[in-house]
Amino acid sequence: MTAPVAFSRDHFDWLPWVDPVAEDALTERQMVALVDAARAKSAYFRLLARDPDALEHRTRTDKDIFYNTDAGAPRADRELAAAAVSRFNGCIYCASVHARFAATYAKREADVDRLLAEGVGADLGERWNAIVAAAVALTALPMRFGPEHVARLRACGMDDLAISDVIQGAAFFNWANRLMLSLGEPAIQG
Amino acid sequence: MTANDTDVIDTLVGIVPGSALDGARARRPAARSHAEASYRALLLPAEPGDVTIAERFAVAAYVAGLHGGAATVGHYNRALVEHGGAALAATVAQAVAETMSRGPTGHYPPGPLSVEDVPGPDFALSAPVTAALGPKLAAGFAHAHYLVFHPRDAAPERFPPLMEAGWSEDGIVTLSQLVSFLAFQIRVVAGFAVLAATP
Repeated sequence: MTAPVAFSRDHFDWLPWVDPVAEDALTERQMVALVDAARAKSAYFRLLARDPDALEHRTRTDKDIFYNTDAGAPRADRELAAAAVSRFNGCIYCASVHARFAATYAKREADVDRLLAEGVGADLGERWNAIVAAAVALTALPMRFGPEHVARLRACGMDDLAISDVIQGAAFFNWANRLMLSLGEPAIQG
Repeated sequence: MTANDTDVIDTLVGIVPGSALDGARARRPAARSHAEASYRALLLPAEPGDVTIAERFAVAAYVAGLHGGAATVGHYNRALVEHGGAALAATVAQAVAETMSRGPTGHYPPGPLSVEDVPGPDFALSAPVTAALGPKLAAGFAHAHYLVFHPRDAAPERFPPLMEAGWSEDGIVTLSQLVSFLAFQIRVVAGFAVLAATP
């Protein structure tokens, strides 16, 4: 097992530090809480299945924030917010997943790689800079997200729904990063 | 207990029906309802299992205090008084004052990212507050403090002290979800409050 020591868009494994529920021991309630039956193969989700109610509502919140296609911010912007928060908090695993999504949906691999290599101060053009700045300001403690961040996003043409998508996407990765970082670790595949 | 038709995020932000933000939230209906259901699952579960309701609100009031924000801090303090008592709430407020820090800090695995390491102060709770909390909550607060401020200092060595203090493996997952959910909920409230006030 080799842990990655840098951010990248590579696919990593994730190894739990607390025992997951065994696949053949999942209860009916735990299976429902996985939401997607295929997640029974994932050690991460089987570990979270120890608290099935918390897992199910976490997952349904996640899916609506990122996958709901009814207007608002394009998927690429939401994934960028997730990747930026993950880069800033230091979650190499989450950053890899959402950097891949941001790069795919935006078709901007070079910009995403610049965010991973240089960090949240990388120059990605005004719209993405505004999203990264907002996500970082909301993630830092003490929080420093203010009217200037909203004004800058509005100046990029984003409406209330799009800005609320950025806020919820950034906030959600403050949830996801803490679970991924603290309950196990990434490993280089191979 | 809060009535079933209230939404904690709406209440803490002050979102009124028909407002622009109410409209935006209505376009993400599952995020709205399952954020609320997450709150109920983690703070007010019908079957608390290995973590009591008072312990859940003690952790929540501590985490809210570390984040700041008057509405959220007030909500969790009042709820802790209701579910855990005024003495515990006063102890939690002392714990917040003694351990306030900034974030995110912490260390990366040794390598090229080490230049980005940012050391943060360790969790240092006074002996009287530690004694008043008792071993289980004191260990839970130490874990919450690291999750809030320097989560990239994660290590498997963080679990044995929790287990020795009375946290089961299921309880550790619940504690981790609780602190991590609050990191989300508190930021949604803070972000929406700014958005609502910035036309």
